[in-house]
Amino acid sequence: MSSSQNLVKELTCVRCPLGCKVKIEYTDELEVIDVSGNKCPRGREYAIQEISDPHRILVTSIKVKNGKYPLASVKTSEAIPLRLFEEAMSIIEKLEVEAPVKMGDIIIENFLNTGVNLIVTRSIERL
Amino acid sequence: MKYNTDVVVIGGGAAGMAAAYSARENGAKVILLERDEDTGGVLNQCIHNGFGLQYFKKDLTGPEFKEFAKERLKDIDILFGTYVLEIRKDKTIIFVDKRGIHEIQTKALVMATGARERHLNSLPVPGKRITGIFTAGLAQRFINLENLKPGSKAVILGSGDIGLIMARRLTLEGIKVEAVLEIMPYPGGLERNVQQCLKDFGIPLYLSHTVIAVEGDRRLQKVIAAEVDYKWDPIPGTEKEFEVDTLITSVGLIPQIKPADFLEADPGFIVSNTNQTSEDWIFAAGNCTVIFDLVDYVAKEGEKAGKYAALYAKGEYSKGKKVKVRKGENIGILHPSYIDPTQESTLYIRVSKVFDRASIKVEPLGVEVIENEARPPEMVVIKLKPFDENIDEIEVMADELISKLG
Repeated sequence: MSSSQNLVKELTCVRCPLGCKVKIEYTDELEVIDVSGNKCPRGREYAIQEISDPHRILVTSIKVKNGKYPLASVKTSEAIPLRLFEEAMSIIEKLEVEAPVKMGDIIIENFLNTGVNLIVTRSIERL
Repeated sequence: MKYNTDVVVIGGGAAGMAAAYSARENGAKVILLERDEDTGGVLNQCIHNGFGLQYFKKDLTGPEFKEFAKERLKDIDILFGTYVLEIRKDKTIIFVDKRGIHEIQTKALVMATGARERHLNSLPVPGKRITGIFTAGLAQRFINLENLKPGSKAVILGSGDIGLIMARRLTLEGIKVEAVLEIMPYPGGLERNVQQCLKDFGIPLYLSHTVIAVEGDRRLQKVIAAEVDYKWDPIPGTEKEFEVDTLITSVGLIPQIKPADFLEADPGFIVSNTNQTSEDWIFAAGNCTVIFDLVDYVAKEGEKAGKYAALYAKGEYSKGKKVKVRKGENIGILHPSYIDPTQESTLYIRVSKVFDRASIKVEPLGVEVIENEARPPEMVVIKLKPFDENIDEIEVMADELISKLG
């Protein structure tokens, strides 16, 4: 393949349930030539990020001490690089918080230096 | 104890919460019956995001969607830990809780009972009934709510959204997912979930494949899969063996219609565009009517059911003319089944095969919608304005749209 040939990737946008089929054309140097198929600007953003460093929101749960339920669900407040997921899970695995927790509570600020917080998504009352 | 109210809502999931809220907004006194200790239903265990973009205009996780919906229920009587035993045609609801058996006299009722998962035992798979086989929703409950690990190596049967999401969830929790098997030639869930749950983690998806046997002594040890032909019969010589201790099934949902099984159902409650069932005073919404792909639609339908139930209770809505909605060519699922032409309606449609470009027509109304890549797992939604009451029947059909330019 000649280096001057443009690369094309067909992606399914995951920013919303519509799941647009987005086509992105770009060069070896990741210079974007064309994005098509997206129904909104988020699809363009998604495709551009996808060719260099895919980002996803990480959703999981953490242990809760003295809570009505043993786990509280958590998420990253924004998408973080997919390549950090394994490292992120190994940190989250060791976490335990004391009930009560409220939806929106920050568990870790600037998680893995991504500028994104790990936050609670389900309030858990104290037992 | 004896209660008296305008509207009873059975089930506090997405549909029930929306129904209770909107019945209250429309001036009715409401009692919501929920068997769990919290509202939300399955939303509580669906900790992934992607909910609420249409309904709350925000990207929420299941529990967050629940909390937003629950905030609107502050002045509504919710009876937790209750289980409905009987619905009587004289508009009495009998339920049980820790204190005993109780009775509610109501004017209208909304069924928002959701769906149950089909189990592997409902499929013709030979083998012993060994442990290690779970429905995706049960595995989700174990992992996300109860902090229990179902196994260490798994195969997932069925690529519906719950199956796909569990493939990612198991992987994140350190459980190796060897394969996702799908009997159809296309994935059963949303495209975005194929991307972010399988492709992101390099999990193989085998289309046109199913489980033909399970082996093991007490605990599952081996899953045997094979490719299937167009009749879904396994093709000899295509067998694949997976040495796993866990089989997760995501093989469909069945609307939960009990204890109102005296209402017309097929398999979910048959309703009109105002969510009215075959019994004037009973309305139904959400997955107990038809299996929806998005919770946003479920909540919207719940809201509508609550509104018409409240209007019915106040004597402002009764049963009018009902126009039959007929499934035409290439339509798999069509909801609702009847339309009161004096009211607006929302049609939810699943095509029965994959289309590059589908033209979906509603006749004789002359409505046409063009959908790119219409696939059975993704619902097409068409809104209809009130129409001529002299129309007896409307028909919805789908066709491949062939570009005139070639």
